[in-house]
Amino acid sequence: MTVVLRGGRLIDRTGERVADVEIGDDGLIAAVGTGLCGDTDLDASGCVVSPGFVDLHVHLRQPGQEDAETIETGARGGALGGYTALVAMPNTEPAMDCPAVVELVRALGRDTACEIIPTGAMTVGRLGRDMAPLGELVDMGVGIFTDDGTGLQDPRLMRRVMEYSTGLSHRLGRPVVLAQHCEVTALSAGGYMHEGEWSSRLGIPGQPGESEDLMVMRDIALVRLTGAHLHFQHLSTAASVAMVRDAKAAGLPVTAEATPHHFTLTDAACATYDPVFKVHPPLRTDADVAAVRTGLADGTIDAIATDHAPHTDHAKELSFDLAPPGMLGLETALPLALDGLGLDLPEVLALLSWRPAAIAGLSDRHGIDIEPGNPANLCVVDPDATWVVSGRGMASRSSNSPFEGRTLRGRVRHTILAGQPVVVDGEARR
Amino acid sequence: MTAHLLGIDGMDRVEIEELLDLTDTFAEIGRRPIARVPALRGRTVATLFFEDSTRTRVSFDTAAKRLSADTLNFAAGSSSLNKGESLRDTVDVIASYGVDAIVVRHPMAGTPHRIADWTDASVINAGDGSHEHPTQALLDAYTIRQHSGSLDGMHIGIVGDIRHSRVARSNVLAFSALGAEVTLVAPTTLLPASLIGWPVRVSQDLDAVLPTLDACYLLRMQRERITEGLIPSVREYVADYGLNAVRAARLPTEALICHPGPTNRGVELSAEVAADPRSVILDQVVNGVSVRMAVLFLLLGSGRELLERSESEVGA
Repeated sequence: MTVVLRGGRLIDRTGERVADVEIGDDGLIAAVGTGLCGDTDLDASGCVVSPGFVDLHVHLRQPGQEDAETIETGARGGALGGYTALVAMPNTEPAMDCPAVVELVRALGRDTACEIIPTGAMTVGRLGRDMAPLGELVDMGVGIFTDDGTGLQDPRLMRRVMEYSTGLSHRLGRPVVLAQHCEVTALSAGGYMHEGEWSSRLGIPGQPGESEDLMVMRDIALVRLTGAHLHFQHLSTAASVAMVRDAKAAGLPVTAEATPHHFTLTDAACATYDPVFKVHPPLRTDADVAAVRTGLADGTIDAIATDHAPHTDHAKELSFDLAPPGMLGLETALPLALDGLGLDLPEVLALLSWRPAAIAGLSDRHGIDIEPGNPANLCVVDPDATWVVSGRGMASRSSNSPFEGRTLRGRVRHTILAGQPVVVDGEARR
Repeated sequence: MTAHLLGIDGMDRVEIEELLDLTDTFAEIGRRPIARVPALRGRTVATLFFEDSTRTRVSFDTAAKRLSADTLNFAAGSSSLNKGESLRDTVDVIASYGVDAIVVRHPMAGTPHRIADWTDASVINAGDGSHEHPTQALLDAYTIRQHSGSLDGMHIGIVGDIRHSRVARSNVLAFSALGAEVTLVAPTTLLPASLIGWPVRVSQDLDAVLPTLDACYLLRMQRERITEGLIPSVREYVADYGLNAVRAARLPTEALICHPGPTNRGVELSAEVAADPRSVILDQVVNGVSVRMAVLFLLLGSGRELLERSESEVGA
C-alpha cells in the first residue's frame, strides 16, 4: 500500500517547501513533488510535515507496572504526539540492566505505534553499586545508559563507568551516551518539591536546586577527566543550564534535554497540594523556567524530552510525600513547545526531532530529511488546531497530566511509522 | 459549597475575630456545671489521625461532645497506606459512615486539602505536617486576647523550631492578621528556607528581643533535630534559646508566656518559668476546647444561621 501526504508544508534540516510526499510499500519515501498519487491519500493541507519526533526520555512501565502503562499504550500515546521513536528508561521491574530484559522490551515494542529504543542501566539494578554489563548491551545495539530515577551518586563508580564506556564506542560504531539524572540525594533527601519561597509557605519539605547543580558540576569535571559523552537529563535549574553552556563552549562532549513541564510550570503549582504536580526534578522558580527556555533557544539544551511518567490514579491519591513523582508528557509536548518557547516552527521541530535523533544514534531513520529513499518516519502537524487536555482522553493507561483542562494549540493529524499510517486524522491505528 | 477550616491562610481579620467572639459564648458554656448544649445533636464528627496526638484529639472530641455531636475516632497509621490502600480509599470508608465533619491530623502538609476535594463533609485541619494548625492559632490568639484585650500593636516573639512548625506558620498569619508584630527567634538552621512574603522580623538574639515583647511564644523542640544535624546539642540550644528564670526576668511584667504543649521542661523553658504567673499555658489548653466548639458550630451546616437566629436558644 502506498500513501501520499498531500499538500503539506515540509520542514526538515534542509529547510522548507510545499509538496506532496509519496511513501512506497517498502516503508521508504518514494517521491517528493506535486500531483503525486498513492493508494491512500492523507490530507496535509494547512499542516506541517516533519520528520517524526524522538523522545529521549520515556517511562513505559513495562515490565513491572503494567497497570500504569504498557509499551503498546505508551507507543500509541507517542504516535498521537507525533513521535516515531521513544527511548525507554530502564527503571522497570526488573530493571533493564541485562540482555534478557532489554530483549523483552524490544520484543514488546515490535508492531507498536513507535520504534522502541531500550536504554541500559549504568549499574546493576540501578542501585549505584556495581557496573552493569555495558559491553554485552552495547553488542545488542544499546547506545544509551542511565540509572534514571536516581543519579549515580558515587563519583568513583561514575568515573569508572565513564572510562569504560569510552572503550566501547568502536563496538557500537558511535560514542556511547551516558544519561545522568542529576541529583545529589544526600542534599535532596526528604524533599518533595523545590525548596524556596513556595515550599516554605506550603510546609512541604523542599529539595534545593543545588542538589542538581552539584551533580552537573561533578559530571562536567568527570567528562573533562574521561572524555565520555555525557547527556544531562531534564535540566531544571538556571545554574545547571549555565554550567552546561560553559562546558559546551569549552568543547566538552556533553548534551542536554529539558522537559515541557520544566519550561512551562513553576513550584507555585504545588499550592494545590495535588501530587499531579510532584515530579523529579521538581518544578522550580520563574527564573529557572526562564533559564531553561533560554537554554533551549540558544542551543545549550539540545532536545525536548518529555520524561513521560505514568502513574495510576490510585498511586497519586496519596499524601504529597508518599505519591510517586512523575507526569504524562507524550501527547502535550508539541503544543507546549509551539506555544511556550517563542521559537520559530523549524527550531521547535529541531528540538523535538532531529537533534534528539542524533543523540540517540537514530539519524539513519528518525529525524531524517524528507527525501526520496529515506525511511518514512514522519508526522503531520496542524499548528493551529486547538484542543482541551483530558488525561482520560489520552492513550496512556494513566491520566496524570498536569495540564488537565488546558486549551492547547497545535495537534498531530497523521503519524507515519516505517511507511505505515499509525495515526490518521488524530486517531491511532495501532 | 461545603465549609472547611484548612488553615489561617485565606482568613481575614473579620473572620478570625468573628470566631474569637463566638468562642466567648462557648467558653461560658464550658464553665457551667453541665457543660453540654444540644447544638449539634444528630451530627457526626470523625477524627482521622495519621499521627499520634492525644491532646488535640481529646480536645476536638470533648468539643464535639459538649455540642452533643456523635464522635468517631479513626487512628490510621500512615503505614496502612503503604500496604496498598490509598488515602482516598481511607477517606471513602470514613465518609461511608455518614459523617458531617472530618478532623484530620497528618504528618504531611496539604493532606487535609486533598481530603476536602474528595468528601462532602467539612474538613478541619488539626495539623498537617509543617504547614498549618489553625485551631491552635485561634486558641492562642484567643488566649492572648483574653489576657491583653487585643493583639493590635502587640509585639509577639515566636521562639524555636520555626522550620518544622505548623503552629508557627498558623500563628504568624493569625497574629499579624490581628494587628500584632511578630519576631521569629531561632537558629538559622531552624528557620524556613525562605521568608519571602512572611510578615515577620527575625533574630538570633533572644536576650535582646525579650524586653521588647508583649508575649513570648515558645515552640516545642524535637530531639530528632539534633540527629538531623540542625543544631549541635540540646545543651547549646538551651543556652541560647531556652527560657529560664534569668531570661524571663528580661520579659516585661505584663508579658505573657505561651507554649502549645507538651512542654519539654529544661529545654525550651525551665520548670520555674512554667510556673511563672505570666505563663498562660494551661489557659491555652482550656481555651482549646472552646475554640474547637466554635469552629465545629460554625462549619456544621446551619451553625451560622443558628447563630444569627438566636444565640440564647443555642445556649439554652
